[in-house]
Amino acid sequence: MRAWLRHHRQSLAGTAWRLTRTPGATALNVVAIAVALALPLGAWVLLANAQRLGGHTAGYPQLSVFLAPEASRADAARVEAALRQAPAARRVRFVSKDEALAALKRSEAMNEIAAALGANPLPDAFVVDLKPGDPAAVERLATELGALPKVALVQLDAAWVKRLDAALRLGAAMVAILASLLGVGMVAVTFNTIRLQILTQREEIELARLIGATAAYVRRPFVYQGALIGLASGLVALGLVAGSLRILNVEVGRLAASYGADFRLQLPPIGDLAAMLAFAAALGWAGAYLSVSRHLSRFAPH
Amino acid sequence: MPAISFNRVTRRYADGFEALRAASFGVEAGEFACLLGHSGAGKTTALKLIPAIERATSGVVLVNGQNVGALGPAAVPYLRRSLGLVFQDQKLLHDRNAFDNAALPLAVCGQPPREAARRVRAALDKVGLREREKSMPITLSGGEQQRLCIARAVVNRPSILLADEPTANLDAAAASDIMEIFRSFNQVGVTVLVATHDLALAERFATRVVRLDHGRVVELRVAGQSVAA
Repeated sequence: MRAWLRHHRQSLAGTAWRLTRTPGATALNVVAIAVALALPLGAWVLLANAQRLGGHTAGYPQLSVFLAPEASRADAARVEAALRQAPAARRVRFVSKDEALAALKRSEAMNEIAAALGANPLPDAFVVDLKPGDPAAVERLATELGALPKVALVQLDAAWVKRLDAALRLGAAMVAILASLLGVGMVAVTFNTIRLQILTQREEIELARLIGATAAYVRRPFVYQGALIGLASGLVALGLVAGSLRILNVEVGRLAASYGADFRLQLPPIGDLAAMLAFAAALGWAGAYLSVSRHLSRFAPH
Repeated sequence: MPAISFNRVTRRYADGFEALRAASFGVEAGEFACLLGHSGAGKTTALKLIPAIERATSGVVLVNGQNVGALGPAAVPYLRRSLGLVFQDQKLLHDRNAFDNAALPLAVCGQPPREAARRVRAALDKVGLREREKSMPITLSGGEQQRLCIARAVVNRPSILLADEPTANLDAAAASDIMEIFRSFNQVGVTVLVATHDLALAERFATRVVRLDHGRVVELRVAGQSVAA
């Protein structure tokens, strides 16, 4: 066990050392793979930001129940009770007509109109966050709520949520396809890199096999090399995407500010980034494993 | 129990050529044996069957009682670690110095670096290359290169040492030196099997001579006396 661990340690250190001995070739390999990885990574980051921009509505469709202007507190309480009993309702929030007017005045785009109003024309309302589920059930609920006394209007925001959700799903599918294609490309590039390395070390591999090296012993430095190239490429790709976001955020910030919002493109959480790096390393490992298995059986004696 | 035993071993290649034909012979543990024959007699093939570099088409090859033909791919490396191999084409790594070349079998076995260094220096010392451990193979003479191959073969303390034409490209003095080195290992209990075409060397050093001709064992001599082939 100790010998096995020692060889793993030696293989990893030896491989890292060998990669640094050919910095030009290693850098070119890493950059080529990093650019390929940066495309799906960048698309993934933009998609994640689009989901964030969609905000809560992306996850939870909303229902707005506007009361008639003459509705009393008791009427509002009755409607609220009905809403709280509805199984599809996740969260019910009452927005009084005064709160609604105050929010309107805070909005840069609407504050002049709100200031010009003599009396508050806005109704009391309930905003209901719905549980994700059957759209037909949500529509039935909207119909039932619309039939309640003193309910003037029920506005279901499901349509735009559905469209946003569909667009995000489409984006996710495109990112998945792009990532798959470029992942295959990365495996192929690593396969070829390792093939050339194996041919360079052919004599040493043959000799090692003749004097008792197991296939795993021979394979180990090469799969470490593939994994290290994958990991380094992932890190460089991450740097490229982070740098791009920094540049884009200057303009994104200006655009968001013009809407009175504060929004910046962000990298995904550290856990997701770590998973991405592990995936890049795994792709490199897979390419190297395939390459060394194929070439080992060709010229190294059993 | 013989260290090496061939029982009616035939090695036939895909084109139908038979390098060994029903060859039977044995080498006792602790013996110094030679496979003697001209080029193409089957000496190299016989040596390759012992560490399972090649497999017999028929017959049984036993190494320390272990049937080599029955070993699976996972067991072969461990068989090879118990043998010391000196190859006809030497197989020295020319981008590594003498020390690193000799250390390779220990790296394969996962020896700790300190113990490996001690053993490598001991092996280089035994073959007279202790002062040349940092030399690259290209700077060594033919005899020194062959001695380095022997150091690499014995560094793992094998019970059996196999050498394929180790004196082929050496002058008489250097060839004799190499055989003396084999004899010194034999004297401490290592079974030695050397393939050679040099009758004089075989008769001078070996206690057992197996003469091959066109893949057949045509003569067995033990301690200078012919026995039934």
